[in-house]
Order: sequence, then structure tokens, then C-alpha cells
Amino acid sequence: MATTTTDSPKKSGRSGMPPVQRITRPDTASRGRGGQRFILLGLILASAYSLFPVWWLIVAATKDRVGLYQSNGMWFSGMHLWDNLHQLFTYEDGIFLRWTANSFLYAGVGSLGGTLIALATGYGLARFDFPGRGVVFACVVGSFLIPIALLTLPLYLMFSEIGLVDTPWAMLIPCLINPFSVYLAKVYTEATIPFELLEAARIDGAGELRIFFSIVLRMMTTGGATVFLLAFVNTWNAFFLPLTVLRGEENWTLNIGLYNWTGKTLESGIDVTSLVLTGALLSIVPLAIMMTAMRRYWRSGVTMGALK
Amino acid sequence: MIRSQRWKGAAFTVPFQLGFVFLYLLPIGYAVYESLFQEKQSGLGLGGATREFAGFDNYQLGLTDSAFMGSILRVVLFACVQIPFMLLVSLVLALFLDAVTSKAANRFRIVLLVPYMIPGVVAAIVWVNLYSPAVGPLTPLGDLFGFDWNFFAPSMVWPSIGNLLTWHGIGYNMVIIYSALQGVPRELFEAARLDGASESRIALSIKIPFVRGALVLTGLLSIIQMLQIFNEPALFRRITPETVDDSFTPIMIIYNQAFNAGNYHYAAALSVLLALILGVASFLFFRLTSKEVD
Repeated sequence: MATTTTDSPKKSGRSGMPPVQRITRPDTASRGRGGQRFILLGLILASAYSLFPVWWLIVAATKDRVGLYQSNGMWFSGMHLWDNLHQLFTYEDGIFLRWTANSFLYAGVGSLGGTLIALATGYGLARFDFPGRGVVFACVVGSFLIPIALLTLPLYLMFSEIGLVDTPWAMLIPCLINPFSVYLAKVYTEATIPFELLEAARIDGAGELRIFFSIVLRMMTTGGATVFLLAFVNTWNAFFLPLTVLRGEENWTLNIGLYNWTGKTLESGIDVTSLVLTGALLSIVPLAIMMTAMRRYWRSGVTMGALK
Repeated sequence: MIRSQRWKGAAFTVPFQLGFVFLYLLPIGYAVYESLFQEKQSGLGLGGATREFAGFDNYQLGLTDSAFMGSILRVVLFACVQIPFMLLVSLVLALFLDAVTSKAANRFRIVLLVPYMIPGVVAAIVWVNLYSPAVGPLTPLGDLFGFDWNFFAPSMVWPSIGNLLTWHGIGYNMVIIYSALQGVPRELFEAARLDGASESRIALSIKIPFVRGALVLTGLLSIIQMLQIFNEPALFRRITPETVDDSFTPIMIIYNQAFNAGNYHYAAALSVLLALILGVASFLFFRLTSKEVD
């Protein structure tokens, strides 16, 4: 399958991932005008379908309760975004901010540790020939097929036996081991770290650890950033694991908190719809900023999925 | 490579190996072990429950459990409709992107990827509210055209969830198919054009066969995700518990058995069963899709 992607890292040489290849297409001019219009119309309709829920969410976050229930959903009616934010941040002693901090902690620290472990493993798998290497790699690929429930339920039991349930560790520890990150790190190592360079460093008398930390990690910044970004997004989006291992709301993530608030109207009659929508909008912002800032890495990571 | 160097190389993978043993192998082994036991009430139930070895009883129970098998059937039927539909739309959009100027293609690609940037749970929250007759814009829109739709009605729950999944997944699948399309040698198109092939003919006979691999991959990933669907129905359940019951999907049943019914042994057996079904489904899918090539 590697041959079907133009931006396969194998071709990218030492500088990391290449920008997505631009292909000039002189052939488009030869197509009929009607056909082009039809295609553009299709793309515009698909874009409208993709964007309108987000637009609606932005509009809804600026409305007060009356506006939310009574005005046209697709257009503004008064500007109450600041009131909503104030309400959101002060509701139940600012529990929303706590969830935000938790999400950042789990996704940030967990992914950082996980990325470091994955880079070391990927490097070991790609550049050393040791007995059992095939078994390790088979475990990495095989684990893609394991359903999350099969891992999470026994993990919950094990964690509760050693008293980790309902602590941040219950989220952080599983984030350290991410087989998909290892897989990506291996592919990136193969693309960016030449054998000759390692040999040269060894002849110069550098130890293996020193080679890894001062040469390999430095050359892998692009690949490492991609691995980190994907792991961060994955953890930020996680739902089943935090729902299972985090019971008290002071340890919840944004996802779990918003999920809980969603049913609150029905459960207790307190209408927090406006808070849920403002909170949902806010929870997208860090991801949107990160993905836009690291767009180049992210795009190569998404298409890397095609190599699996 | 020198012997000592090999072992140093292996040392780089040790943290991962240890973690893998504790976070993957041990839990799976533990689940399999737990699935072989049952809690049995002694006598009149006065002495509390005792743990007894039960062999494959839990598995037998699971295979004849109409709620569990029904939920699998429900999810499989849904997958048979939603996944081909989503992949078809993604494929058409990827072909469209491939047919416009590269500047336009880049812009549209970013816009179409916006839903993928949104966490699955947040996407579900947004759509649940869009569907909501109280705050959502879709009900007034329906009124305008004379539709009296209720997105939470029993017959509408799956289409509602399907639309949400399609909305969320199109961009990602489109990007994978599109990047595969970029790998088609452009000379092929020129040659076909010289032979008088139309653009749609080129798309059908050259481009689509070329991205088969990408379609198989996105299909497989979608199947794996779909059999484990949990987030979206769980969120729907928060809004309409009367239409989405707690045995709506296999993972919901497993979660309930473990945390509401307190029956870990049975939940463990069901999750092993689900893993086996997932493995068989992936294998069959690969066999089916690779056979067509020959």
C-alpha cells in the first residue's frame, strides 16, 4: 500500500516528511465547462454540509437561553458569549476549568511520555536486528485489532486492585504505551535515519544512548511532532477509558464532563444546554489551534494511516 | 552488527515491551481467566456469592444471549448500510478534488476535514442538539418543507446516528483515498484521453481500480470501529433513554454487565467473544476483498 501514497516517507530522505506533492494538472482545461461546474457545485454542497453544524454551534454559543430556544438557529440574536463563558467558568466552582486542565494534563503529559517511548521503540525496531524483533513488531500490528473493551475492563479491575482507579495515573499510564505511535516511529526512523550515519557516530566513539538522544531524536523532530500530535488528539478525544477508570468528577476530562451535562436536563430538570454548547465549542478550540499550527505534520500523519 | 550492539538495540524497546506486557497481554489474559468463572449464590443466597469455575458456561450464555447477539446483528446491519454509503461519498469527493485545480483542491480539502478535527463526543453533542426539537434548526427546517421528522423516534435513531458518523468520517476517508489518487501515474490519463476515453470513463476504469487498496483499508478501519460503536449511542441515550436502551450495541451491553450489573465474569466473556468476532470479520473482509483481484 505504500506505493499508493505520493508522500510516502520512504522517499523523503533526511529532512523528514516532504510537503504534500503538488501536481500541476494541465488536463483540467480540456474538461467540459459543464462538468467542472457540476464538480464545483458538489464540492461546495459537501463543504456546506461539513461546516453548518460548526457554524450553528458558534452561533448557539453567543445566545442567551431565550435566544437559543426561540430565535433562528442559523443566525445571531444578541451577543451573550461573554455571559455564557462567565457562567461556564463559574458553574459548580469552575469545574469546567478543572476538566480542561485535566484534559491538557492527560493529553499533554501522557502523549509526551508515550512519544518518547514510541520513538525509542521505533528506532530499536528499525535500526537493530535483535532476536525477538519480529515478535515485538507483530504485537504492535496485532494490537490494532484488539477491541478497547477487552483491554479497558480488566485494566479497570487491575487498577482498582492497586488503588489507581479514580486517580490521574489511571489515564496517564495507558497513554504511555501506544502501538500506533510505535508503528509510525518505526516508519519515520526508516525514512530519516541512515545506517551510515549511525556507523560513523559509532566509529567516532559515541555510545548508543548518546547517539539516540543527541543525533536520532534531533533528526526525528518532524516525525516525533507528528506522533505527538496524533497521540494528543487521540487522548483528548478518548471516551471509553476515562468513562471507565475515572469516577469522581474532579478527575474527569472535558469529554466526560460534557457527556454528563448533556443528560442533566432530563435527569434533574436543570437546563444546562447553553453551558454544554459553549463548553463544546471551547473544547474544540485547543485542537483546532494545534491542528492548524501543525498542519504540515498532521496531514502527513493522516495519510500515514494509509500505510498501515 | 556486533552482538553487544544488538542487545543495546533491544534495550531501546524494553520500556515498550514492559508496558505492553502490563497494559495489553496481562489484561487480556486476566479477562480470559475471569471469563471462566461465575459468581454463584450459595443455598438460599444468605451466605453471599462464591466464585466457582464455570468452564465455557459464560461463553455459551453469551452465544445464546438474544440481547447480545441482537446487538451484534443490529450493528452489522447498520455497518452494511452506513460504511458503503460513507465510502462512496468519500470516493466521489476525492475524485472531485482530483478533478479541480490543485489550489481549489487544497482549499476544499481543508474545509472538508473540519468535522474530523472535532472530537467524536463533541460531534455527537452538536448533532444531538441539531436534531433536538427544542433548540435544533432541523425541526423548523422540516416544518418549512412540510416534513414532521422526529430524529429520536425508534425508526430514526440509526439514520440519525448514521448521518452523524458520515458527517464525521467523510473528510478523513476522503483524504486517504485522495492521497492514493495522487499516486496514479498521470501519463495513464493522457494515454486514455488520446484513445478517446471520457473523464468519467477514466475515473471508473483507471482511478477507482487504482485506489482499491485505500478503499479496502478505510473499509476495514470503519468495520473495526463500527463493531465497537459506543460513544454516539451512549450520548443519544442521555437524551432519549426510551429509544436507545442500555443493550443497544455490544460494547454498551459489556459496559452495563460490568458496571451496572456487576457481572465482570460475563462481561469479560462477552468482550473476548467480541474480539473473536472482530478478528473473524476483519479476516473475512480481507479475504473477500483480495479475492476480487485475482
